[in-house]
Amino acid sequence: MKRHVPVILLIVALVAGLVAPLATGATTPGFYVEVLLGGLMAGVLYSLVALGFVLIFKASGVFNFAQGAMVLFAALSVARMAEVMPLWVAVPLGIGIMVLLAIVVERLVLRPLVNQEGVVLLMATLGVSYFLDGFGQSVWGSDIYEINLGLSKAPVMILSGVFKGGILINKDDVAAAVVAVLLVGALALFFQKTATGRALRAVADDHQAAQSVGIPLNRIWVIVWSVAGVVAVVAGMVWGSKLGVQFSISQVALKALPVVILGGFTSIPGAIVGGLIIGVGEKMAEIFLSPVLIKAFDLAGGGIENWFAYVLALLFLLVRPEGLFGERRIDRV
Amino acid sequence: MSAQPQAQEMMAGGRRIGEVVLSVEEVSLSFGGVNALTDVSFDVREHEIRAIIGPNGAGKSSLLNVINGVYHPQKGTIRFLGEPRHDVDTHEAAAQGIARTFQNLALFKGMNVLDNIMTGRNLRMKAGLLAQAFRFGPAEREELEHRAVVERIIDFLEIQAYRKTPVGRLPYGLQKRVDLGRALAMEPRLLLLDEPMAGMNVEEKQDMCRFILDVNQQFGTTIVLIEHDMGVVMDLSDRVLVLDYGKKIGDGTPDEVRRTQAVIDAYLGVGH
Repeated sequence: MKRHVPVILLIVALVAGLVAPLATGATTPGFYVEVLLGGLMAGVLYSLVALGFVLIFKASGVFNFAQGAMVLFAALSVARMAEVMPLWVAVPLGIGIMVLLAIVVERLVLRPLVNQEGVVLLMATLGVSYFLDGFGQSVWGSDIYEINLGLSKAPVMILSGVFKGGILINKDDVAAAVVAVLLVGALALFFQKTATGRALRAVADDHQAAQSVGIPLNRIWVIVWSVAGVVAVVAGMVWGSKLGVQFSISQVALKALPVVILGGFTSIPGAIVGGLIIGVGEKMAEIFLSPVLIKAFDLAGGGIENWFAYVLALLFLLVRPEGLFGERRIDRV
Repeated sequence: MSAQPQAQEMMAGGRRIGEVVLSVEEVSLSFGGVNALTDVSFDVREHEIRAIIGPNGAGKSSLLNVINGVYHPQKGTIRFLGEPRHDVDTHEAAAQGIARTFQNLALFKGMNVLDNIMTGRNLRMKAGLLAQAFRFGPAEREELEHRAVVERIIDFLEIQAYRKTPVGRLPYGLQKRVDLGRALAMEPRLLLLDEPMAGMNVEEKQDMCRFILDVNQQFGTTIVLIEHDMGVVMDLSDRVLVLDYGKKIGDGTPDEVRRTQAVIDAYLGVGH
């Protein structure tokens, strides 16, 4: 029981931090909800990238550093192809490219390195990551491209009856959230209700036993990297339509790192919840905590948004290394 | 199916021991400088129960792992159903009809009993990925057919009450049954059991013995098993292979093996 105390304290502190701005009357409810929604939207995007990490880690135990590069590559592919063809053709083609990538990665990277140390595979995916970053730019170019999903960027005012001054919300943010929810739902169905999903879960639980019932690991890896590729296409399009398709998307992956630490490396719900916590947490911290800190310590500026996620992840590593929903590892010694 | 198993004596007469299904010829396996198996030869005939015994570290599990494609022997030939095999991987061995259970349970802990046993049907599922995902007609029908087979196995193993229970929550003896069920779901030509009774109490052992005999009698499944409990081995098996330090020191019916001097020495020790 003792081991839960610090976790509970941490969660209580987070919740306290969350309600503090409202409770202390530092802000109006309308603005507070606006920040909260903004955080949730950003969180959804983090979740999408984190999902890719979790899928691959679960099925193969590989920490795929290249997930961010895959998002960038997918976004670039879709954006450039959409310039010469309709989006509804470009997207399936983009998915096709990611499946092809999955096959190549399995063939050239995973298969030769099977049964190597985790660190070796991590380095290999680091290599894949840099290769993809560069290769994407060689093939598709290195400017900033846009993906137009046909949604208006204009914010709309909602709930003006409830809050004074109403709440400003972007239509494309809402669309992104809906897409993310649909994607997660589809993945859950795929994993729980299909024979292939069952095979994937089997591999995630026990490689050796999965092989003994005739599940070929190689094909499972291709499938799971393909699924991560599809997730990358969705994440890339959502990010790309919001920020423009550019190199910085690749760095988003680094934000997904604290998300998976928080949620647990092996948990799909963990990736979602972790993303939302990080998204909301850093927005809240930036807007409400940073003025307090600046005043108290006479700082030059805020910038909390950049490190908040990592500090939170560090705290979780200290009190609950397996993350909120991860499996606790019990090793025989 | 028709043969009603009544007593042990019927075993030899009730089933027809058939052709050789598996033959292991002068197989040697070493890890670095350690010889796990040295020139081991033996065969398994259809419908028989073949036991592999020996002291700890004798190479029993290594031999099982060689048959099932986990290890590839440096020397020797393995013929399954008459065909020589070369560096067959575990999932390929499974596709050829070799199923196994594990000494230390290797169930899929995140899944319930039903799903665990359903994974055993994986190889027999033909519907494509997309058909499964959207549950097109054939995929749906296929899933239901496999489900029916699995339900029969669950009935057979008397674990109906736990169908939807996550396997991690079941007592050890029942988990062993699920492990057996998963292997049976593959409808194997050859079933490998790695210490099916290890860590069980007397009652659980009796149940497991009964299931192994029933599988053999009712489905005619050929079984190779590793077991430490001598009483169990002598009662269950048609023929026994004895290993010591990776070498074969005895092979024959339980009675023959019991009388072999090398076996007695290995088990009781010899004065030096």
